[in-house]
Amino acid sequence: MKILVAVKRVIDHAIRIRVKPDGTGVETANLRMSMNPFDRHAVEAAVRLAEAGQADEIVAVSIGPKAATDVLLTALAMGAHRGLLLETDAKLETLAVAKLLRHVADEEKPDLILLGKQAVDDDSNHVGQMLAGLLGWPQATFASAIELADGQATVTREVDFGRQTLRMSLPAIVTADLRLNEPRNVGLPMVMKAKSKPLATRAVAGLGIDITPRLVVETVTPPRERAQGRVVATPAEFAQAIAAEIGKMEPR
Amino acid sequence: MAVLVLADADLGRLTPATARIVAGAAELGPVDLLVDAAAAEEARSLAGVHRVLAAALPATADALAQLLAVLAEPYTHIVAAANASGRDVIPRLAALLDIQPVTDITAILGPTRFERPIYAGNATETVSDGQAKHVLSLRASAFAATVGENSAVVSNISPEVASATEVIAEVRTQSERPELSTAQIVVSGGIPLGDRFALVEDLAGKLGAAVGATRALVDAGHAPNDLQVGQTGKIVAPDLYVGLGISGALQHLAGIQGAKAIFAINTDAEAPLMKIADVALVADLFEAVPAVIAELDRLGIKR
Ligand SMILES: Cc1cc2nc3c(=O)[nH]c(=O)nc-3n(C[C@H](O)[C@H](O)[C@H](O)COP(=O)(O)OP(=O)(O)OC[C@H]3O[C@@H](n4cnc5c(N)ncnc54)[C@H](O)[C@@H]3O)c2cc1C
Ligand SMILES: Nc1ncnc2c1ncn2[C@@H]1O[C@H](COP(=O)(O)O)[C@@H](O)[C@H]1O
Repeated sequence: MKILVAVKRVIDHAIRIRVKPDGTGVETANLRMSMNPFDRHAVEAAVRLAEAGQADEIVAVSIGPKAATDVLLTALAMGAHRGLLLETDAKLETLAVAKLLRHVADEEKPDLILLGKQAVDDDSNHVGQMLAGLLGWPQATFASAIELADGQATVTREVDFGRQTLRMSLPAIVTADLRLNEPRNVGLPMVMKAKSKPLATRAVAGLGIDITPRLVVETVTPPRERAQGRVVATPAEFAQAIAAEIGKMEPR
Repeated sequence: MAVLVLADADLGRLTPATARIVAGAAELGPVDLLVDAAAAEEARSLAGVHRVLAAALPATADALAQLLAVLAEPYTHIVAAANASGRDVIPRLAALLDIQPVTDITAILGPTRFERPIYAGNATETVSDGQAKHVLSLRASAFAATVGENSAVVSNISPEVASATEVIAEVRTQSERPELSTAQIVVSGGIPLGDRFALVEDLAGKLGAAVGATRALVDAGHAPNDLQVGQTGKIVAPDLYVGLGISGALQHLAGIQGAKAIFAINTDAEAPLMKIADVALVADLFEAVPAVIAELDRLGIKR
């Protein structure tokens, strides 16, 4: 049983980004970068399945610049067995990422592909579903529990009304939500050790996959500033302010 | 221009999101609304609907995406709500059609130009989409429903699609409170509430408000997952958002940026939510909330 895990390198989730004054994007220079938080849950899920004897190989794949090697090293330090970097400096849309991952899936033939539910930079929440569509595989998004037995996956998902449990045959795609598990922390020694694990790099350019963007990003703007608020001294004043707010509301 | 909208329905009833995304999609062209047969009558009365396509809709994303792909041919735009079900199906559909989707749209600037938030709402992207078809999801919280009567034509269709996925269990959060993502008032609680989340429900009950929670409180098991507000949870845009014991992490703020007024109670005047609040009270919420409720009673506020 082989698991493929997709990990993206993003601006660290704790950093509050700033929009470039010329509206062409966000400032990325000299910011701390790390593995997309949801992907850490995906890697953790894969490693736990391997530790439980339910998987024997975990391949971590990342698509991006050379520097994305660092998130692959993190995945290897967490317990993945092999890393694969599809290297490109191009800005990729999610459809292109899904097509590149399909290429990897066609070659690697995994039984299960784990991804994060969304990348916290573009907040797209696309790639797992798109990859499942391209491969014609069943999908379970926003997973908070995964069980494997008899060639089937049973996955609990977080949905709008509560939780839903799906069962599907493998191969399948699962995207991780934050309550799936508690990802392990890896110290520097483990990252150093991970450097001896196999990590291959291939150029996206050589794969013959069209990654030309379909959309044009015209501008990127900061959110509107909120007006200065006021501090009230007592719960009674707070309640009166609520009452005043309700008085202003239009029916809807 | 012709638009196919996937209605958002649950247990045979339209959710409040449907009327809002229909109103948004109607800006793009005449709307055909694909709906589960059980909700067809309700759907034909929605303002802005040109035609209702009623079908026994599959419960899982793989079959639903397949169905939408079959129906897609005559439409320029295919639209769903940016909620858990829309987010499940729209990207899969887009991949089947070889289209890059545009999702979580908060403003429609024209038939091919859209605004969407990125980086937890700390930036907004304006994109133009020159593809042959546009596969979109709209945030219901960003669009207002159109009021008015309608009696659109209903066409029954019987799609033949198969799912490789079986739904084996569902756990539903029971609540008397309004639906969170379209509510006019939302009262949310943070981690200090612990097992006393009932206090949030008390205040919400008084105000006819929906209840929400932070990820921290949900993770701790004190509130159900579908009440989580934020980047990973539900996006709300009420007229009034009241946050109790919430620090205002950027991932939480991502869910409330559309709120008209933000009120907060926190022991820490420096908490980020207090800094952006329109009205802030520095207090222990366990003392303050009962006093707030008492004053609302005295004022005769009841919704
Ligand atoms: C990828 C990612 C996605 C995330 N998505 C979300 C999301 O969707 N939604 C979300 O909410 N979080 C999300 N988070 C978590 C987020 O970063 C914060 O950890 C979380 O919002 C904090 O919740 P909190 O405000 O309840 O707790 P805390 O940050 O601990 O704040 C508690 C606040 O309560 C105040 N307080 C303490 N006691 C009292 C008292 N007696 N009376 C009044 N005030 C008191 C404190 O001063 C403090 O400000 C996400 C995190 C990551 C990494
Ligand atoms: N460039 C990338 N390299 C590897 N995995 C990616 C990349 N982009 C997205 N993914 C995966 O797809 C998930 C969803 O991303 P997105 O659809 O972009 O929000 C992420 O959590 C990753 O698991």
